[in-house]
Amino acid sequence: MLGFGILSGLLVLPLVGAAFILTLRGDSEAARSNARWAALATTIATFLLSLVAWARFDTATASFQLVESHVWLTETIRFKLGVDGFSMPLILLTTFLMPFCILASWESIGHRVKEYFVAFLVLETTMIGVFCALDLVLFYLFFEAGLIPMFLIIGIWGGKRRIYASFKFFLYTLLGSVLMLLAIMAMYWQAGTTDIPTLLAHNFPSNLQTWLWLAFFASFAVKMPMWPVHTWLPDAHVEAPTAGSVILAGVLLKMGGYGFIRVSLPMFPEASEYFAPLVFALSVIAIIYTSLVALMQEDIKKLIAYSSVAHMGFVTMGLFSMNEQGIQGAMFTMISHGLISGALFLCVGVIYDRMHTREIKAYGGLVNRMPMYAVVFLILTMANVALPGTSGFIGEFLTLMGAFRSNTWVAFFATTGVILSAAYALWLYRRVVYGELDKPALQTITDLNRREIITFAPLILLIIYYGVQPGPILDVFAAPTETLLNNVQAALATVKTAAVAAH
Amino acid sequence: MNPAFTIPAFGPVLPEILMAAGALIMVLFGAIRGERPGYAMNIIALALLAVTFVAVLMLPGERVETMGGSFVVDGFAKFMKALTLIASAGGVILSLDYMRREGISRFEYPILIVLSTIGMMMVISANDLIALYIGLELLSLSSYVIAAFDRDNVRSTEAGLKYFVLGSLSSGMLLYGSSLVYGFSGSVSFPVIATVLQGNVSIGAIVGLVFVAAGIAFKISAVPFHMWTPDVYEGSPTPVTAFFAAAPKMAGMAMATRVFIDAFPGITVQWQQIIVFISIASMVLGSFAAIGQRNIKRLMAYSSIGNVGYALIGLSAGTAEGIQGVIVYMAIYLAMTLGTFAVILGMRRGNVMYETVDDLSGMARTHPVLAFCLGMMMFSLAGIPPLAGFFAKFAVFNAAIEADLVALAIIGVVTSVIGAYYYLRIVKVMYFDEPAERYDAMPAGVKLVLALCSIFVVLFGIVPAPLVAAARAAASSLF
Repeated sequence: MLGFGILSGLLVLPLVGAAFILTLRGDSEAARSNARWAALATTIATFLLSLVAWARFDTATASFQLVESHVWLTETIRFKLGVDGFSMPLILLTTFLMPFCILASWESIGHRVKEYFVAFLVLETTMIGVFCALDLVLFYLFFEAGLIPMFLIIGIWGGKRRIYASFKFFLYTLLGSVLMLLAIMAMYWQAGTTDIPTLLAHNFPSNLQTWLWLAFFASFAVKMPMWPVHTWLPDAHVEAPTAGSVILAGVLLKMGGYGFIRVSLPMFPEASEYFAPLVFALSVIAIIYTSLVALMQEDIKKLIAYSSVAHMGFVTMGLFSMNEQGIQGAMFTMISHGLISGALFLCVGVIYDRMHTREIKAYGGLVNRMPMYAVVFLILTMANVALPGTSGFIGEFLTLMGAFRSNTWVAFFATTGVILSAAYALWLYRRVVYGELDKPALQTITDLNRREIITFAPLILLIIYYGVQPGPILDVFAAPTETLLNNVQAALATVKTAAVAAH
Repeated sequence: MNPAFTIPAFGPVLPEILMAAGALIMVLFGAIRGERPGYAMNIIALALLAVTFVAVLMLPGERVETMGGSFVVDGFAKFMKALTLIASAGGVILSLDYMRREGISRFEYPILIVLSTIGMMMVISANDLIALYIGLELLSLSSYVIAAFDRDNVRSTEAGLKYFVLGSLSSGMLLYGSSLVYGFSGSVSFPVIATVLQGNVSIGAIVGLVFVAAGIAFKISAVPFHMWTPDVYEGSPTPVTAFFAAAPKMAGMAMATRVFIDAFPGITVQWQQIIVFISIASMVLGSFAAIGQRNIKRLMAYSSIGNVGYALIGLSAGTAEGIQGVIVYMAIYLAMTLGTFAVILGMRRGNVMYETVDDLSGMARTHPVLAFCLGMMMFSLAGIPPLAGFFAKFAVFNAAIEADLVALAIIGVVTSVIGAYYYLRIVKVMYFDEPAERYDAMPAGVKLVLALCSIFVVLFGIVPAPLVAAARAAASSLF
C-alpha cells in the first residue's frame, strides 16, 4: 500500500485510536468508559501489530529490517523507518507496557478522561517513532515531540507540585536536546545526509567527533538521566500520575541509552573512547550517590525514581565499556528495568489509589491485610535488587562483567551499588509491608482486585522468565552488538595506524 | 542624444496596478456609498487581494527588471508577495466582526489595508533605493492611520502617534543612509551599487549601510529599534495588531533580504556582523522580556521581536540556504501569528475584549478546540516538533550551521528554550488552571482563519516538502 509498511502502521495506529477518542461526545460516564475501552483496544492492537513485526524480524542479521523510506523534508532528509536488534526489543517493550498503563489509569484518572487517553496514545506514537526512525531529523522530531503529551500528562493529572515538575521536565529536556539538533545539522553538512545507515558508515573527523559527541551527550545524558543532570527525574516521577511514571521509567529513560547505542558509540567511536572515563566516572557516581540518596527518601515514588537513576548508571557504564558483555548487559538492563520499574510504579499506584499518599510513614504492616500485594511487591523488590533468578540480575551481572574487563576499579565501585540497592529496596519493603498494621487509615485497605492482578501477572512472569531464560533477548542483541564492536574497533584501529604512520 | 523614450513593460507590475486601481475604485465607491453598515467594502478588498494573488502567481518565475530598472520581479518577490497578500487578507477577515462590534466599522479600513499592501509589494520588488523608500512610505503612512483607527480610544491614538513619530525617525535614517550610499557608490540602483561596492569600501558607504540597516531594523521591529512594538501592538485594535504582526513583517524581511543580498553582496562581511548582532539582540530580548508580560498582545509583540531575530539568522548566513530559511520561517510564522491572534480575537464576552494571559485560564475545559489550537500555536512558536515552528527553526539554524555561524546558532537555540518558558506558561494557564467563564462564540471569519492556520501548523510536518522546495526555488532566484 503506497510503500507504507508495518512500522508506519505502528506509528499510525495509536493516532487513529486517539482520533477516535476525540470524536466521542460529552463527558458522561458512558463516554469515559468508551474512551477507556478504545484506548485499551488501541494499545492492545498496537501490541499485536508489533508482535507481527517481531515475527517478521530476523534476529540473525545486524542490518536494518522492515525498512521503508518516503520523500519528506528534502531528497536527503527522508521519512525513513527501520529496526534492528537494538530497537526491536525496545519497540516491543513500549507496546507491551502501554496496555498496562491504560489499565493502571482505569479508575485513578477521574477527570478529563478523554484528553488523558489521547495524550497517552500520542505519546506512544512518538516513543515508537524514536526507536524506529532511521533518519536523524526524524529521530529528533519524535524525541522532542514526546515532550508535549508528557508535559500535559504531568501538568494536568499530576500531584501537588505538578506545574513545577512539568515545567522542569520540559525545559530541562528541551535544553539538552536543542544542542543535539545543532549537531545533527553539522552532521548533515559534513556527510550530506541524515540517513542513519549512511552515517553509520561515515567517518567523521576526530575534532568534529568530539563536539558532536558532546552535543549528543548533552541530550542523552539529560534524558537518561545521568548524574548530575538527573534532578528533573525525581520531580517528574513524583508528580506524574502512576501510568505517567511507568512510561517515564519504562520507556522514556531508555531513549537516552538507545541514543548512545544508535548514534554516539557507532558514529563517534574515537570520541566515545576518549570520553569513556568521563562516562564511567559519572556512572559510578550515579550508582553510589543516588543509591545513598534513595536510602533517605520519605516518598516511595521518589525512592524508586532515584533507584532508576542508579540503574541507568549501570546502563551507561555497560555501554561505554565497549565490549560484548557490557553492551548486551546494558541493553538487557534497559529492557529489564523497563519491566521492573514499570511494575514497581504500578505497585505504588495500587496503594496510592487507596490511600492517596506516597509517604512511606503512612504505611506499615500491609502484609496483614494485603497478602497478595505483599507477594507481588516482594518479587518486584527482589528484581530491583537484582536477585539471581530475576531479569534484573542478568543485566547487572553482564554490565559489571563488561566494566570489569574494561576497567576493574569502575566495576569495583559499581558493585557497591548492588549492596546499596539491596539496602534501600529491602528497607522500603520492611517499612511499607512488614510490621504491625497500627495506622487507623489502613485498617480497611483492600487487597489487589482482579484488574490489578491481570496487570501484574504478565509483568512478573516475564521478569522471572527472562531471569531464568535471558537467551531469547540476548540473541537479538548479539548480531548488532558484534557489528557495532567490529566497526568501532576498525575505526579505532585506523586512527591508531594513522597516528603511528604520522610519527 | 537622449535615448528614445520607450514604454516600460507593465506586465510584471500588473499586480500592483490592479491593486492601485482597485484601491482608487474603492475610495470612490466608499465616498459615494457613505457610512453604511455591511461588509461590502471588506468583500471588495478581499476579492481584490484574491485577484492580485492569482496575478502574482501568474508572474514569470525568472528575473525581470522593468520601469527603468527600479522594479524587479523574480521568484523571491513572487513568493513574498503571495505571503504578504495572504497576511493582508487575514488582517481584513479578522477585522470583520471586531470593527462592527466596536463601532469603528468604517469603509477606510479595507482601503488602507489595500494601500498598505501596495506599499509592501513595492518594497518587495524595489530594485533601487528610491523605489524602496517610496514603497516604504506608502506602507508606513497607511499603517500609522490604521494603528489609530479606533480614534476615540486614547490607547489607539497613542499607538498611532507613537508609531508615526518613531516611524518617521526611522524613515529619515533610511533616507539618510540611502543618500550616503548614493554618494559613495554613485547610484541608487541595487545592481549598480553591488558592482561598485566590492571588498574594501570607504567608511562613508559603511556608515550609509549602517543607517539603512537601522531603518530596516525599525520596520521589522528588531532590537535595538523595537521600542515602539509593544506599545503599538497593545494599543492598536486587535485585528490591526494581527495585521501588523503578519503583513509588514513579511514585507520587511523581504526588503531586508533584497537590500543586503542584492545591493551589498560585495561587502557581506560588513553587514553580516550588523545582522548577527541585531539577530542575537532580538532573540535575547524577545525571550527574556516576554516572560514578565501579562497582556497577551504585548507578549505577542515581544514574541514577534524574538521571531524576527530567528528569521534574521537565515539572513546572516547570507547564502541561498539562509534565504530559503528566511522564506520558510516567515511563511510558517505567518500561520502561527494569524492563528494566535484569531484566538485572542475570540476572547470576548459581550462588549468586553479580554487581553491578559490569565483570562485564558482553564480554556481547555470551556473551549477545548480553541485551547488546543492555541496550545499548538504556542508549542509551534516554541519550536517543538512535529509542529510547523520546528521546521521553521530547523531551516534557519541549518543555514547558520552551514555558514559556520555556530555561536549564533547556539545562542539561538538557547534563547528558544528560554522563550519556550513563556509559551508554555500560556499552555499552562489554559490546561492546568481552573476554568473561568465561557467566552462568546467566535465569529465565522475568525474561525476560518484559525482553522486554516491550525491545520497548517499541526499537519505541516507530514508533507513539508512542497513549501521547502518552493522556498528553495524562490531563494535561488536571488543568487
